Amino acid sequence: MMSTRDIESPSGPSAGDAPLAIEGRGLVKRFGDKVALAGVDIAVAKGTVTAVLGPNGAGKTTAVRILTTLSNATEGTATVAGFDVARDGNEVRRRIGLAAQDATVDPLLTGHENLTMIGELHQLSRREAKARATELLEQFELSDASAKVAGAYSGGMRRRLDLAATLVARPEVLFLDEPTTGLDPRARNELWAVLETLVDGGVTILLTTQYLEEADRLADDILVIDHGTVIARGDARSLKRQVGGDNIGVTIPDVSRLDEVAYLLRRLTGHDPIVERPARTATAPTSEGVAGLAAVANALSEGKFEVEDLSLRQPSLDEVFLTLTGSAIDHDEAPETTAKAGKGTTR
Amino acid sequence: MTVADTVSTTATAEPAEESALHPPRGVLHDVWVIARRGLLHMKRQPEQLTDATIQPIMFVVLFGYVFGGAIHVQGGGNYREFLMGGIIAQTLVFTAFGVALSIANDRKNQAVDRFRSLPIARGAVLGGHAVANLIKALLPIGLMSIAGYAIGWRIRGGLVDTVTAYLLMIAFAFAMIWIGVLLGSIVATPEGVQGIAFVALFPLTFIASTFVPIASMPSALRDVASWNPITTLSDALRQLFHNPNTPIKPGDPWSIAHPVAYTWLWIIAIIVLAAPAAVRSYARSIER
Repeated sequence: MMSTRDIESPSGPSAGDAPLAIEGRGLVKRFGDKVALAGVDIAVAKGTVTAVLGPNGAGKTTAVRILTTLSNATEGTATVAGFDVARDGNEVRRRIGLAAQDATVDPLLTGHENLTMIGELHQLSRREAKARATELLEQFELSDASAKVAGAYSGGMRRRLDLAATLVARPEVLFLDEPTTGLDPRARNELWAVLETLVDGGVTILLTTQYLEEADRLADDILVIDHGTVIARGDARSLKRQVGGDNIGVTIPDVSRLDEVAYLLRRLTGHDPIVERPARTATAPTSEGVAGLAAVANALSEGKFEVEDLSLRQPSLDEVFLTLTGSAIDHDEAPETTAKAGKGTTR
Repeated sequence: MTVADTVSTTATAEPAEESALHPPRGVLHDVWVIARRGLLHMKRQPEQLTDATIQPIMFVVLFGYVFGGAIHVQGGGNYREFLMGGIIAQTLVFTAFGVALSIANDRKNQAVDRFRSLPIARGAVLGGHAVANLIKALLPIGLMSIAGYAIGWRIRGGLVDTVTAYLLMIAFAFAMIWIGVLLGSIVATPEGVQGIAFVALFPLTFIASTFVPIASMPSALRDVASWNPITTLSDALRQLFHNPNTPIKPGDPWSIAHPVAYTWLWIIAIIVLAAPAAVRSYARSIER
């Protein structure tokens, strides 16, 4: 794609020699006049994790729906586990697991009944399906709740059941649409650990996420999409490198002196700092590394600033996203905090 | 142990080697698995069975004992015995409502997507709904036969007529399933389904010989009622069970004179015309 800024990642899995578990070429999806996907190429090597990263409405779910045979591409072709999604839908479906955006476990069925039904629909015998259900419930620490209806589960439990459901038939390729949205940090960490274990076992995972941290932690390869096009791809490190050097961050206890800090950073780094008043933090990019940090430290000490935190770090993927799309990722969960932070931020 | 530990120690993740792909077991297997789910739904939500259980009994009491004294069946006979055919007909019409509701709920809960991501036979989801709801329809048929007996209703016809009556009920319920699929596919939400059932289905069961002989209605309503298949189903059941009913007079519309044949025609028409439309409409509604 012309609009794609491809990033060299020599060590990356998309190097071409590895067999591909997922391959999509020129995927376009139009709903009437609305273009949800404007030509997306995707290649995921066997046994690797690719994160599709993008804001709401970027086309992430549409891409997953096409690759899981739920939706037909308007243009383009895709193969999953070696089968064409449009021609051999059932062959694809035999080999994949899909966890949709909202947990789609049946609220009126018990955990055990849910998994048994899915096993049977994966063409296991009733006996095999029941045994597999029991096994998975145990592995996901849901044995105690196995006879309870899923509607009575907590959000984290339902997510776990949903993930267990995708594993019933031991899929080769796993599709997870925003798997951790709405989970608390502990549940999120647990889920990440489970996914890592699965990858160690050879499963290929494609996940969509709005959380850059999640992509950073899990993915070998990241596809950043916005308005239905891939705007960047590569591993987390190369994406960060693309945005530039390190950032110097200064946090002070006295917010009234923040402008002075910002002025000082601008003078020393030559860049406009990002000022976040609620966090009492000013951040500016530097190309001088530790020397730049030392200069800022000296200036702060001369100016008799009380300093809470002084750091030199790689840009976060949030900042990467900001640079690539020109707009911040829109997290659903905290519209209020985002709005407040937005007011306090000057660039 | 954390979840991740247990997952790894028992090697859930082992994909290719262990995943002996399972050959398809056929459409009937898949239909039955999904039908069993529908039956579990009914068991877990008994309130959704009220239209098949409590409601008909309520109508028996309401009409049989509260209004019944004021209603006169031309040709004589016990009104409560007249009533049973109508109440069974009304209950069977509500089968459509139950189907529509479960289809709308599936869409709301995204169960549709879950099923579509599984390697199941084409049509298994609709087939499962149909089988589950057909079994559900047997419930009021049985229940009403018993409740009717308790209030003096009797099967007075011969074996052939009786078997025909029960076959007619089941076939009518089957036809209603496709009306329900159509309704559930067109109306997007469970709430919408409920609304339509209340403003369309419910009154339709009253502009009929369900509860009162249509002779007492004003002529415009009587014309509607004469050709309403709910009238003819009620009359057909009365005729086949040899229960009291308004005598057929010369000059009555063909539908009234031949309620059994007319009702069968409706059932066939619905299955031939509405069922394919319903399947198409359902397929469209799940494509996004």
